[in-house]
Amino acid sequence: MNLKSVEGSAATIVAAKPAKRKNVSLDKKKAKAGWLFVLPFVLGFILIYLPIIKDSIVFSFSKITVASSEWIGFDNYQAVVKNSQVIQTLVSSLKDLILDIPAIVIFSLFMAVMLNQKMLGRAAFRAIFFIPVILSTGLIDQINHSDSSLMDQMQQEVDTGGTGSSASEIIAAADIAKLFSAMQIGTGLVKYVTNLVNEIYDIINRSGVQMLIFLAGLQSISPAIYESCSIDGATAWETFWKITFPMISPMILVNSIYTVIDSFTSSDNEMMTMIYDTFNGKGPITNAGSRAISSAMGWLYFIIVIAIIGVVAAVLSAYVFYQRRD
Amino acid sequence: MNEQTTAPKIKKETKNKIRVEFDRVSGWERFKLKYLTFRFLGMTIFKFFRFILLIGISYVIIYPFIAKIAASIMSPEDITNVTVKLIAKSPTLDQYKYIILENNFFKALWNTTVLSLTCALLQTFICCLVAYGFAKFRFKGNKFLFLLVILTMVVPHGVLQFSMQQNFAYFDVLGIFGLLEKIGIGSGSIRLVNTNIPLYMLSAGAIAFKNGLYIFMLRQFFKGVPDELEESAYIDGSGVFRTFFTIILPLSIPMMITVFLFAFSWQWTDNFYTDLLYIGGDKPILMPDIVAVPPKLALDSSYPNKAISDYTSAVKNTAGLLIMAPLMVIYLFCQKYLVQGIERSGIVG
Repeated sequence: MNLKSVEGSAATIVAAKPAKRKNVSLDKKKAKAGWLFVLPFVLGFILIYLPIIKDSIVFSFSKITVASSEWIGFDNYQAVVKNSQVIQTLVSSLKDLILDIPAIVIFSLFMAVMLNQKMLGRAAFRAIFFIPVILSTGLIDQINHSDSSLMDQMQQEVDTGGTGSSASEIIAAADIAKLFSAMQIGTGLVKYVTNLVNEIYDIINRSGVQMLIFLAGLQSISPAIYESCSIDGATAWETFWKITFPMISPMILVNSIYTVIDSFTSSDNEMMTMIYDTFNGKGPITNAGSRAISSAMGWLYFIIVIAIIGVVAAVLSAYVFYQRRD
Repeated sequence: MNEQTTAPKIKKETKNKIRVEFDRVSGWERFKLKYLTFRFLGMTIFKFFRFILLIGISYVIIYPFIAKIAASIMSPEDITNVTVKLIAKSPTLDQYKYIILENNFFKALWNTTVLSLTCALLQTFICCLVAYGFAKFRFKGNKFLFLLVILTMVVPHGVLQFSMQQNFAYFDVLGIFGLLEKIGIGSGSIRLVNTNIPLYMLSAGAIAFKNGLYIFMLRQFFKGVPDELEESAYIDGSGVFRTFFTIILPLSIPMMITVFLFAFSWQWTDNFYTDLLYIGGDKPILMPDIVAVPPKLALDSSYPNKAISDYTSAVKNTAGLLIMAPLMVIYLFCQKYLVQGIERSGIVG
């Protein structure tokens, strides 16, 4: 009897211990809740995205006919790498993008600083400047792409109704080229600047989200810092470089990476167009396995994009200034 | 000294106003000090040029729309006439009329609205859930999972289009349907192309177009929400989910409107997914189906070739305007939340 009760109490102690532990581990409970919150993404990733990625990789390594697909190793990749047209497009699109990215980031920073100042009609300007965010998928381009003769169609769009709606007609870069050539700067720089002026419409359209992010960053800088600066007698120029620029530098990193991703994956990129064309059997390589080849092309491109993002992130994060909190 | 200590002379006093006489620098002196300085001159010049610059860039953004609207009310004669610029000589609404009547505009509008609205609502809600999970909970592997989120944003769609099409054409979850077929149930896979379901599934799994960006933005926002808010709710006995729905979500409405606006408008103008998955197959949707020249507007061969092609693209652009019009209306109502939402997200941290 006695023994039993002792045993019983021991049993209750043993039973109580794990129960107690359960109550203690709030962290574990919270971890569980965290998993529940991210569950949609986990499910979506495993059930939908992963099979798609896996198949895409498998396709890129195989020869696909109507009936079957067989593993052929790196043949697709070799076909892509050996095709001179692909390499040419790749190099030129990379070159364009590397030139465009600083332009977009600088332009959007500049515009965000402008739109952050108090002035007449700021709300109206903001509303206008963010129109491209909503329509940035290039709806008009797509409409004109839907026909086969791409360039012709674009050209016609320019001439529509004799209105000359192209941005390049609004601003002619010829004058600027003249101006710069008189100043005897290197021709490379002149070319770059005139190209940018000609592409201003494109650049504005692609810098909507970046402008938003910069604007948000600018507004999160504490006004107290600016105040103390102006009391110490700093000019606007000094304030910008000593305060605004370092405080906004994390944003510059985010925006640079976003710009890289956005311009590399946008459908009006030359390389992406080529991948789509190859997919539809209109690209430079048009043998039976063009769909598999488009997959291979895409993965090669993806690896290059990742490498560029890595380089950009590594270079910029060395210069990023993080304000220490607390 | 004495002068200053004496009380100022009162000129006139009423119930709530008082006029006091005191020594003041003359008006001209004050004017000179305030306005006739280099600083003021510099500021004025700066403001002037800033205004001009902003007007100019606004013009670059808006001009294509103006040109398209102008061309959309032109008759074929106006378009062939070289002297007509922007202002039509004989304005008609024929282009709008026939696109709306002959291209199944309202049906397409309805289908696209259903598709975009469902996708955008799903994406906003699911991304909020996922982002909140990443922002406020520490669990094993959350960093790795977040890396996967970024990965879904970085992989170009072009890479995935073929396998995406195949996967949705022969949809099969982890080979379960294949197994079922072996037992004798079903046909091995479900055909999901030609329906809206693939896009809903992508939205529900937070892996649709640019969802990585939304999750990133929302995560930054939720990180800025002070922990004390939730802790006090927990102490009062509210569960994790109840706290999320009753406290966190109402707080984040501007941010949610921003994400919703992005998701809605990008789905609205999307062509890639709808094309790939044949969503417009038997049901007309706005993006590809509206953009065609209705038979009543097709010019006969008595016009020169250039006129025909010009008019064709004018009609197509009119269709584009019709597609964009609802978006513009929504944008006008939501745009003030756009900055507000992102502003509060505090992406800086």
